[in-house]
Amino acid sequence: MKKLTLALAMAATIALPTLAQARDVTFTTELKNYGGDGAYLALYLVDANGKYQRTLWLSGKKSKYYKHLADWARGSGLRSSEYDGVTGASVLSGQALKVTVDIADELIDAGYEVRVDSAVEDMRDNRADVSAPLTTDGVGKSFPGRGYVQSLSYTF
Amino acid sequence: MLRQLHSLPGLIAALFAIVLTVTGAILSLNPALERIDAVLPAAGQISVAELSGKLAEHYPEVEQIVRTPSGTLIVYYTRDDQVGIDQVDPRTGQAIAPYQQSSFSRWIKNLHRSLLLDTPGRAVSGITALLMIVLAISGAMLLAARMGGWRQILQPVRGTLSQRLHIKFGRIVIIGLLLSALTGTYLSAITFGFAPESLEAEPEIPLDVSDGIPAAIDTLAVLQATDLNDLRELVYPYPDDPAGMYSLTTDQGAGYIDQVNGEWLSFQPHDASHTFYKFIYMLHTGEGLWWLGIILGLAALTVPLMAITGPLIWWKRYRSKPKLASNSGANTADSVILVGSESNSTWGFAKTLHDSLVKAGHRVHTAPMNQLASNYRSAQRLFILSATYGDGDAPASAKQFLSKLAKINKKPDFATAILGFGDRQYPQFCGFAKKVEQAISAKNWPQLLPIDSINRQSPQEFARWGNALGEVLGTELTLLHIPERPHTITLELADRVEYGVAVQAPTVVLRFKAPKDTGKTGMLTRLFKGNGLPHFEAGDLVGIVPPNSPIPRFYSLASASKDGTLEICVRQQSNGLCSNFLYTLPIGGSIEAFIKLNPDFRPAPGKKPIVLIAAGTGIGPLVGFIRHNSAHRPMYIYWGGRSAESDFLYQPELNTYLKDKRLTELNAVFSRSNERAYVQDKITLDAEKLRKLIQTDAQILVCGGRGMASSVMAALNEIVTPLGIDVATLKAQGRYLEDVY
Repeated sequence: MKKLTLALAMAATIALPTLAQARDVTFTTELKNYGGDGAYLALYLVDANGKYQRTLWLSGKKSKYYKHLADWARGSGLRSSEYDGVTGASVLSGQALKVTVDIADELIDAGYEVRVDSAVEDMRDNRADVSAPLTTDGVGKSFPGRGYVQSLSYTF
Repeated sequence: MLRQLHSLPGLIAALFAIVLTVTGAILSLNPALERIDAVLPAAGQISVAELSGKLAEHYPEVEQIVRTPSGTLIVYYTRDDQVGIDQVDPRTGQAIAPYQQSSFSRWIKNLHRSLLLDTPGRAVSGITALLMIVLAISGAMLLAARMGGWRQILQPVRGTLSQRLHIKFGRIVIIGLLLSALTGTYLSAITFGFAPESLEAEPEIPLDVSDGIPAAIDTLAVLQATDLNDLRELVYPYPDDPAGMYSLTTDQGAGYIDQVNGEWLSFQPHDASHTFYKFIYMLHTGEGLWWLGIILGLAALTVPLMAITGPLIWWKRYRSKPKLASNSGANTADSVILVGSESNSTWGFAKTLHDSLVKAGHRVHTAPMNQLASNYRSAQRLFILSATYGDGDAPASAKQFLSKLAKINKKPDFATAILGFGDRQYPQFCGFAKKVEQAISAKNWPQLLPIDSINRQSPQEFARWGNALGEVLGTELTLLHIPERPHTITLELADRVEYGVAVQAPTVVLRFKAPKDTGKTGMLTRLFKGNGLPHFEAGDLVGIVPPNSPIPRFYSLASASKDGTLEICVRQQSNGLCSNFLYTLPIGGSIEAFIKLNPDFRPAPGKKPIVLIAAGTGIGPLVGFIRHNSAHRPMYIYWGGRSAESDFLYQPELNTYLKDKRLTELNAVFSRSNERAYVQDKITLDAEKLRKLIQTDAQILVCGGRGMASSVMAALNEIVTPLGIDVATLKAQGRYLEDVY
């Protein structure tokens, strides 16, 4: 038992330098009362050229609807390896989605943007419903959405 | 078995099926409503490039164009950093109106798909759709069995109101319901992953696009080559994105288009599985096929009716299932009763026989005919009581009887008595009992009693058969069977008119009324029942329970309850307990009575001519039909009596009806007059006229004694033979109805 604790402590020490270069970022996406079914949302990172980098979170269980999150779908190529382990239920009208994601320090203040694509059944799809630059200044700010998103904010 | 396969899913699915079909019917209107609004240019008239060029003028920031299967064109756009959605005119690219699906419609759709319960609700909806397939198929097979074959499936239906509604609507809508249920089950199976939606791959997402300045949208070659009618969806690139591209979905396939050179970057044509899915989806929703949607919606609307009448029919059958007391084992019983019953009414008679044999000290074994054993060790007698189903077929509980009987080679020690139950109006009266009789006599089984029959559950005929049986057994056997002890009401005699005493045919027309307010009837009762009479129409039956006898006698009604009186026509029979009671009933005297609906003996609705034929008191219900002929459709009556001076029943009324055109022609003949004619003689005389009437789709209604009815049928058979048909044909078409006693 003691040996195991020791081994874990050692492993943590070794891992620490890499961990120190990333941080937990909490994104809060509040939805308007748009009055429809649950919204499918894709939170993803794009670089300074608007090129897709990484999926942060995907709300909505049925993969056959993912293509309606059109920009994200194009960027991710709808490959399940892009979103494995970062999916959850669709978000109901008027509710908020709060997710915490581990993001490397080098992506902050480097021109990267967080975008949210949104889609609701029988209602329109919104590409880049909201987008927010990922900067230290932006912490705690509220970025207004154009479609179903009321606002996007993040803290770290 | 087939019946259980229909009843059980029906009872389970009834409530959910109502929700699914009512919501489905509402949703079915959407494609038609969308179609009304949609502007549909002709094929080849507008290309997608042309449309998007026009759109660019009105919507600088278009994001997506969607064309619904109904042809409605929808544009997603951004303006002043707010998103919007408009329905646009494909010819001008101008807005028609903001596009929004109503929240009501969305709610209905969710109720339809998931009962507002998400995944568990979707499962229930899917299972209900599956049960509806079972119901439609088993229902069709039951109907074919009931009507005596698939060819007879459209023949007129008899039975209680519930049965007739269930069958009449069921056979009209069955195809539509089956289609909706099959496609709905398929869509549900896709949702739950039991069936693939489509095996088709998504178009490949291109990795490289051309460098350069994006071209104007109306110059893009692929969009120029795409007809607007083939468009499903066009997604624009994000503005100012050098790596952007258009994605286009058409009826033929989907792919990505280069925003600089306007060519396909990748394209994936639709495969058969995709086309199949879209086709099924269209069949289920009517999207893109609005008229089918309306038809399926109307069909679905009948399901609530089916879901109510079905359990009602089941409940009635369940309730009438008798509970047998002291039923002995097959090998210990000295008397065995086998029952062939479809609707359980024959079981009631079997129970009466069972109980009275037990009372007389016998050990009795009663079972369905299907349970015929190869040997009954202690049996001395075997009774077979059987109804007939459809065209002389075995009823449900006797389907396997004949094949089981065929396998028995040993001649039994017991003697057999067969009693058939049926309705003389059907061509195959007691047809199955006769088949059983033939099979048994072919085997030379000993006979206890010759085959006998009971018409229309007559308690009198059953009691008579019981007497004959008692004589053979050497014990007094009283078979008092009261089919359903009905709740009787008390009525008072208000009026009586006597006829026929001079010609030894004492007959009386009696008119009863509900007793004057007894103080017990509340305001509501008076409001709803009006004259205090239960609902009935002319041609229905009144069961009258005479004093000193529990067995009701039935008389045809000459009036409807809305007339305010209950009118019957009674001939005094020399030994008739009830007819003597009624014949001597003074004004103010009371009777105990109940109504038995007889909806099968009615003039068909419409304007076609009606030929009424009767002798003696059989005129009663026919006078009722004439009295209510306020639409003045052609009505002819042929009636036979004894003497114009003595027993011309309803003479004054009939003359009034002739004058005010409710009656077209009165043909009365008398057997004790100079002409010495019977009604069938007059019919034969008028052969030419009757043939013409029958050719104009006239309906014939016959009411009277059995002898008269068969003479009339023989006469009419002669008349219609030149037309290449017979009375049986007319009967099958519901154009020859009999009320025979």
